[in-house]
Amino acid sequence: MLLIAPTGAGKTLAGFLPALTDLAMRPKRKPGEAHRGVHTLYISPLKALAVDIERNLSRPVVEMQLPVSIETRTGDTPHHKRQRQKLAPPDILLSTPEQLALLIASKDADRFFADLKYVVLDELHSLVTSKRGHLLALGLARLRKLVPSLQTIGLSATVAEPDALRRWLVAQNPPGNMAALITVAGGAKPIITILESEERVPWAGHSARYAIVDVYEAIKAHRTTLLFVNTRSQAEFLFQELWRVNDDTLPIALHHGSLDVAQRRRVENAMEANALRAVVATSTLDLGIDWGDVDLVIHVGAPKGASRLAQRIGRSNHRMDEPSRAILVPANRFEVLECRAALEANYLGAQDTPPLIDGALDVLAQHIMGMACAAPFDAHALWQEVRAAEPYARLDEAIFVRVVDFVATGGYALRSYERYARIRQTKEGLWRVSHPRYAQQYRLNVGTIVEEAMLNVRLIKRGGRRGAMGGMTLGKVEGGFVESLTHGDTFLFAGKMLRFEGIRENEVYVSNAAGQDAKVPSYAGGKFPLSTYLAAEVRSMLANPKRWQALPEQVAGWLEMQKLKSMLPNAADLLVETFPRGKRFYMVLYPFEGRLAHQTLGMLLTRRLERAGARPLGFVATDYSLGVWAHGDLGAMIASGELSLSALFDEDMLGDDRDAWLAESYMLKRTFRACAVISGLIEKRHPGKEKTGRQVTVSADLIYDVLRTHDPDHILLHATRADAAAGLLDVRRLADMLSRIRGHIVHKPLDRISPLAVPVMLEIGRESVKGEADDVLLSEVEDDLIREAMS
Amino acid sequence: MNVANRMSGFVPRTGEITIAGQVALCDPRGALFLPHLNLLVVSDLHLEKGSSAARRGSLLPPYDTGATLDRLAAVIDDLRPSTVLSLGDSFHDDGGAGRMPGFYREKLLALMTGRDWIWVTGNHDPQAPVGLPGMVAEEIAIDGLRFRHEPSAGAQSGEIAGHLHPGAMVIQRGRAVRRRCFAADGDRLIMPAFGAFTGSLNVLDRAYHGLFRWERFIAHMLGNVRVYAIPGGRLRMG
Repeated sequence: MLLIAPTGAGKTLAGFLPALTDLAMRPKRKPGEAHRGVHTLYISPLKALAVDIERNLSRPVVEMQLPVSIETRTGDTPHHKRQRQKLAPPDILLSTPEQLALLIASKDADRFFADLKYVVLDELHSLVTSKRGHLLALGLARLRKLVPSLQTIGLSATVAEPDALRRWLVAQNPPGNMAALITVAGGAKPIITILESEERVPWAGHSARYAIVDVYEAIKAHRTTLLFVNTRSQAEFLFQELWRVNDDTLPIALHHGSLDVAQRRRVENAMEANALRAVVATSTLDLGIDWGDVDLVIHVGAPKGASRLAQRIGRSNHRMDEPSRAILVPANRFEVLECRAALEANYLGAQDTPPLIDGALDVLAQHIMGMACAAPFDAHALWQEVRAAEPYARLDEAIFVRVVDFVATGGYALRSYERYARIRQTKEGLWRVSHPRYAQQYRLNVGTIVEEAMLNVRLIKRGGRRGAMGGMTLGKVEGGFVESLTHGDTFLFAGKMLRFEGIRENEVYVSNAAGQDAKVPSYAGGKFPLSTYLAAEVRSMLANPKRWQALPEQVAGWLEMQKLKSMLPNAADLLVETFPRGKRFYMVLYPFEGRLAHQTLGMLLTRRLERAGARPLGFVATDYSLGVWAHGDLGAMIASGELSLSALFDEDMLGDDRDAWLAESYMLKRTFRACAVISGLIEKRHPGKEKTGRQVTVSADLIYDVLRTHDPDHILLHATRADAAAGLLDVRRLADMLSRIRGHIVHKPLDRISPLAVPVMLEIGRESVKGEADDVLLSEVEDDLIREAMS
Repeated sequence: MNVANRMSGFVPRTGEITIAGQVALCDPRGALFLPHLNLLVVSDLHLEKGSSAARRGSLLPPYDTGATLDRLAAVIDDLRPSTVLSLGDSFHDDGGAGRMPGFYREKLLALMTGRDWIWVTGNHDPQAPVGLPGMVAEEIAIDGLRFRHEPSAGAQSGEIAGHLHPGAMVIQRGRAVRRRCFAADGDRLIMPAFGAFTGSLNVLDRAYHGLFRWERFIAHMLGNVRVYAIPGGRLRMG
């Protein structure tokens, strides 16, 4: 059954009602009688959500004096408790997809789940779109095999296509089978405003520093405020800035996924006890967590997808009958446009959940290994079981067999590993694990989340000896961020100003650096592209001066200036401006397709410009526009017909150029790395020692290069390409855009920079070069040194 | 005359370097060529590393030997050395030569035909490779240069070694670039690892302490088409 209801409708509790009723009627276990298995399994995408549900569900259960035990089981659950749970399972187990994978891969899975009646899947709409969703779908298929009478209950926010979720919830035999659907109509409309500030809205940047005082006043005027931002560094920055102006010392806290678990729990508990006036948070607090009495949500930065916005606004006033209140704080002028569009989209109830994609083969490989760990399996029977899961309903048996072969011997064309097989066929034809240590390896590496290497941040005394014992752990930061630091650099983390002292193994040593100016980590942004819908809205707003009345005066004025100095494109057109500046020639375009898509476009455009003899030097992408610069006079070349815009933006750039570029690209290597780790080719963790992400990266790149040359048809390369094609939303976005703008490219030659071009031009120099320019960078280092030596 | 020559070798623009007064060429594929001896040096091939990992349940692709030999063949084809010296850890383990699939063995034998071949032993392959021709030595001196697998402690003029898999990192425009490198200070040289599956160890690691005269240290980082000479002051840990 699929239950769709807006946030605040109480759907989680509703999801448990059948289970609670059933449990209340159940006769008591007599002393001496064997422990019963789990009755109801609840799966959520977030550990924090499971913990939160435990709190919210225990209260009514205790009040009603129901004889029901409720426990969580997540990655944070101590070993002894997990052991105990296996012997004496709780009636209701609250868990995550990874824990389910581990449970079904154990030898006593059939006993543990023998009494299972219900599976409740929370926030289903957000689970199903990822590889975690694939893992969960496979786990569910196994549960259905263990308990054919199993009932699934899916809980979801409003989605565009509920039928996809309905199929997902039930066995796909016959194909197309759908779960029943219950839809609860939306509650009171939220009241959303865009922050009106007297201050000047900046042209570029993501800090929203200009609005801090206004934001602080809003916090003061409400009981409890949740402040959402898009990245961790924005959260740190906003937190710091708020405390700078916090003259009333209001209790304002910080919460993001990189912080130490103990610190996060403290904030969550304080929040529940209504002891906080505001919490600055990233997506860790994003999903339906119900804490405290929030009466205002402030969103800083562009909210990107409209359904993200809806989700986040659902946080305030968790009651159906009262409207939620939210304030959007755009950090720059383009974000003003985007916020306006998002606001109108929310009133229209527009939804944009990404479409479901077919199950990934690397996840399947992991599952196959897990099933061998549980018990020897018959390949044909397992294929049929797996096909009952919606994401794998269209899986070919031949492909399945290749994945089994991959799990066994690596699946290489050069068949030299038969004697090292991890799973082997018995005389009866069943596949079984060939050595217990492979089962141990599987258990250590289960899951589909492949993160960048994270380093522990440890606070020591300034100048203190690294590697000395002690020092408080503040949380974790990405290796990529740390490597840009040198000794003595300062940065914001865990709400503190820190000084970088050094790295040792997987620990970063820092000391307090109060009172200094931070070298704020660069905005990693662009993770979330604008939804297609939102991008279209922004374009049509630009094209229609009547709609500018809804915009702040200075932003409307900016657009007026653009109209005067250059032009504003029609909603269907792509505007291409060219102008000289310094000794270079610039081309700026405004596709509004999101930063990732623009980066890809920039990469492909520079290739073509190179071939056309325009001598491109570089490019920079923002969420809204793309700037390319060259030695050659791009404007003159276009005007004279030497450079044809329609040829430059021809759709075939996604064919020939894309394939050539993609095969070499960092992006494909990273996709391969994820596939290699998930499929078990490379271990995240090895019994006894942890591999750091860096080591994984290096070897995965080497493996990719070797595999691509020597076994181009390998199943893992298929998986990688499928991921790249399906997962890389930006490439599809680009394809759609190229076909949309055919015949609609408008060139505007200018003799100077236009108002609309200012934001992207400000990014030049701030932005690090992306792409395949490693050799260029090395040669720059050499050239710097030569200049130094010669001057 | 190019910039580098005018600057008396401070920043060589070519892969040309000197080791204890002798001229050598650093090939960006990771091999060292000594023209006056017509000698090619490669180090840490780690052949059959893939199958070595497979024995422990990590089913890495079994093609690393092929990839390494293909690259070596290309270098040999370009430079036509009369002698090839493999500076230790030629095979990832002692059983490697025995496990090598037949057609890879053929490929290697074809490379060895018509030239002298010296296997210097390493910690991974302390014995001579089973069933392969070529001379075997723990250490060898040629024309004032000493070749051995593990670098000896302290400053050692004229020593060419491998073992440490030197790599270097620079940060330029906020972006980190990591490459394998020849580590050199004009007196001694440590070769980059040549094998397809070999990782690298940053030259700023403790393992290199005391080996080089730091003020003259240069990491010759392997680019796609040439070698880039980066002085120690620009290098970063990581």
